Amino acid sequence: MNAQLVALAVFDGISYAALVFLVAVGLTLVFGVLRVLNVAHGSFYALGAYATASVGGAIFAAGYAPWLAFPLMLLAAVLIGVLVGGPIEKFLLGRIYELEDVLQILVTFAVFMILEDVQRLIWGGQPFFEATALNQLGTVTVFGITYTVYQLIFLPVVAIVVLIGLRLGLRRTLTGRLITAVTEDREAAVTIGIDVERIYLITFIIGASLAAFGGALASATTSVVPGMGADMIVLSFAVVATAGLGQIEGAAVTALLIGLGRSFAVYLWPELEVLIPYIIMFGVLLVRPSGLFGTVQARKI
Amino acid sequence: MTTRAQILRVLPYALLLALALVPQVYPAAQVLLTLALAKSLAVLGVIVLLQAGQVSFGHALFFAIAAYAAAFLGNSMGGGEIVLSLVLGTVCSAAVALVVGVFIVRYRHIFFGMLNLALSMIFFSFLEKFYHVTGGSDGLSVARPRVLGMALERGPFELVLFYGTLGLVIGALVLTHRFLSSPVGQMMRAIKTNEVRLEYLGVSARNVLLAGYVLSAALCGLGGVLMSTAQGIVTPEYAWWVRSGEFVFIAILGGAGSVGGAVVGTLAYEAVKTYAAAFAADIWQMILGVVLLVVILFAPNGLIGLFRSWTRRIGSAPERTGDRAGDRVGAGE
Amino acid sequence: MSGKVILQARDLDIRFGGVVAASDINIDLIEHQNLAIIGPNGAGKTTFLNLCTGYLKPHAGRIIFNGEDITGIAPRRLVRKGVARAFQIPQLFTEHTVMENLLIAAAAQARQWAPFTRLDRIGARAEMEHLLELMKCGHLATLPVSALPEGQRKLIDIAVALALKPRLLFMDEPTSGVASAEKFELLDIIAGALAEARVTAVFVEHDMGIVDRFADEVAVWNRGKVLFRGPPGDVLKHPDVIRDVIGEEL
Repeated sequence: MNAQLVALAVFDGISYAALVFLVAVGLTLVFGVLRVLNVAHGSFYALGAYATASVGGAIFAAGYAPWLAFPLMLLAAVLIGVLVGGPIEKFLLGRIYELEDVLQILVTFAVFMILEDVQRLIWGGQPFFEATALNQLGTVTVFGITYTVYQLIFLPVVAIVVLIGLRLGLRRTLTGRLITAVTEDREAAVTIGIDVERIYLITFIIGASLAAFGGALASATTSVVPGMGADMIVLSFAVVATAGLGQIEGAAVTALLIGLGRSFAVYLWPELEVLIPYIIMFGVLLVRPSGLFGTVQARKI
Repeated sequence: MTTRAQILRVLPYALLLALALVPQVYPAAQVLLTLALAKSLAVLGVIVLLQAGQVSFGHALFFAIAAYAAAFLGNSMGGGEIVLSLVLGTVCSAAVALVVGVFIVRYRHIFFGMLNLALSMIFFSFLEKFYHVTGGSDGLSVARPRVLGMALERGPFELVLFYGTLGLVIGALVLTHRFLSSPVGQMMRAIKTNEVRLEYLGVSARNVLLAGYVLSAALCGLGGVLMSTAQGIVTPEYAWWVRSGEFVFIAILGGAGSVGGAVVGTLAYEAVKTYAAAFAADIWQMILGVVLLVVILFAPNGLIGLFRSWTRRIGSAPERTGDRAGDRVGAGE
Repeated sequence: MSGKVILQARDLDIRFGGVVAASDINIDLIEHQNLAIIGPNGAGKTTFLNLCTGYLKPHAGRIIFNGEDITGIAPRRLVRKGVARAFQIPQLFTEHTVMENLLIAAAAQARQWAPFTRLDRIGARAEMEHLLELMKCGHLATLPVSALPEGQRKLIDIAVALALKPRLLFMDEPTSGVASAEKFELLDIIAGALAEARVTAVFVEHDMGIVDRFADEVAVWNRGKVLFRGPPGDVLKHPDVIRDVIGEEL
């Protein structure tokens, strides 16, 4: 493996990690607050990708300006978070917080099954590819390697902005502080009069939007195909589990770890490419059962 | 004796008798039923874990491991022997479950479910990628094995396989029911409600769950060998998450509270799928999802639970709590 | 003090963040001397129970049970050595009946997995029926635990612990959540069962009347330390105890 291949693998890994992080951080944020690990989270990713690719394809074909690709991604993410994620939390998850854990998991699994077919019904089985955003930003040559600006610079920057934005938002804004309060002690939050149901809804919409945003950004770099949501939920679970549930910065570090591991595998041992995230996850969990950054919480007895 | 008690007592036998008569009365359904019964064994495996409040999204892994092991064995022996295939396949699944189980049983709930899913996905891509060993996505064909040394023609073989499968299902139901009613089975169900107390009784919740995990994998394995023998082929699809999800779906549909739910759920599911899936292939997953939601929210004890409450309504005497213990895991007998 | 020392705590220390929950705890428990632990909320009483039963591992110090160092040993192993525990919030199998809870405990005690014997047919059944009678709960045997009021759950929680045939039993506030009028009756039942089983009990208690009547000795906890220890008659009259502990209880 020469220096150029190493650089190429690093670039691949970083741009991939940026996308995975966006999805995984939404998953971990929602878990931290709602204590439900949403199996349907990957579906929001797929919906974001489909919406962006199909609408983008249509409007650019109709002659609209290509820079609209960027606001379109943001719009698609927010709309999916609010219009799909919102009702799911409000009318479905909101009814199951008192149920046993296993039933909560199954409810989100059912939602996942439903959304898989919703995608198929709306967009069919054909792949979509819409790279206007990717082409808009052109390419850059680093270490003798020509790479797209979109993947090498834009995606990582977006991921970092989201990471910082989330951290500042949780610390500085009122809603963010309420979310943190509910995360840390739900019962205490209820006692001091926080509208927990509203916090759940807001958090879920943010989480779903982040997943959809990840999908929207990904749609410029890859074909949008059926089943991408299923792959992504398992991958982002691997990131979240490896990092430790509820760990936002940890998810970023782990996404990078898994992204790099995967891209190096592509060049070194292609058969293992898909397996790398799981190998990393099982390896970490064997040594640290609560994940790299997770802490064990003793139950009060 | 109340009408309800009589119905509940007689019904499982009536159902089994009806099944046993299918080859004579409605031969067209025989192969389909063999497949359904094979699948019900895997569902039974999932039900075992649900007793402990745990759901696995990857149990197709054990279904596939046994099926591939049996296929390798059979193909290396020019067809092989069905009894040997069943034993080897089941043992392989149980052995793998014992090894990975040591790790998996440290986790609960969503971790338990997703780690199982990840394992099954690893195996799935192994099956697809290493095609020189596994035949890739085409899978392996499974030659018709001998039955206790006898080479049978297709017709008689299928008949033997049907009754053999039915017998194994009955045996598995009885065995699993006994296991779940035993001290270790009850300890496993105690994991669902209070693991702290279980540890304070001197019991290792992990070891108890591991016992259940191995049993559930063995049941899945048995089902996998029977299914691949009946189909004459095994493909990576045996390990696919959609199949794992199907097992979970059927367990909830049938009623996770009793071993009988596995058979009732699978028969109902396969009957509907055979006739409805053709019309609704595009939205099949959606239908499953909606039904799953409806069952969880409105009939959490599944078809078996619905049937029980129906007989309760038509029963002449009000129920006492006396038969509670039998009520929950009793339908298999 | 006379009698055999059954458990020794030596220099126990544990803190959570900045909170000192146990600091330099040194105490000997004497066999067949029931010890009451009193002290204000947050004094570290439950922490002491958690340390002695293996739920928490001390940051420093040692615990010796019956001559054996048991520091940091998991509850599961400790139980098999003869240390049992009843909880402030009863820890029971809520989807099982009362009798099933006891039978599971009995099977655990006998280390009997018996995968093909029905739980209700195991040998310990008669013994468990007797234990329930002793706890005046015979009539509850077939009820699901989830249907019981708190006071009865506490009794069953203790019965489950006794089913393990322990030598030493820790009880965390056995009478909390029970109406004052019923507290004495409840403790009478418990004391009777303990005496028959010849179990040494350590219990955390807030009701001084109960302490006075049922404890052979009292230890006073505050801020993670043992302040006093002695017969109830002496300790409960000590002015510092009256000011810091009893005053707060009233």
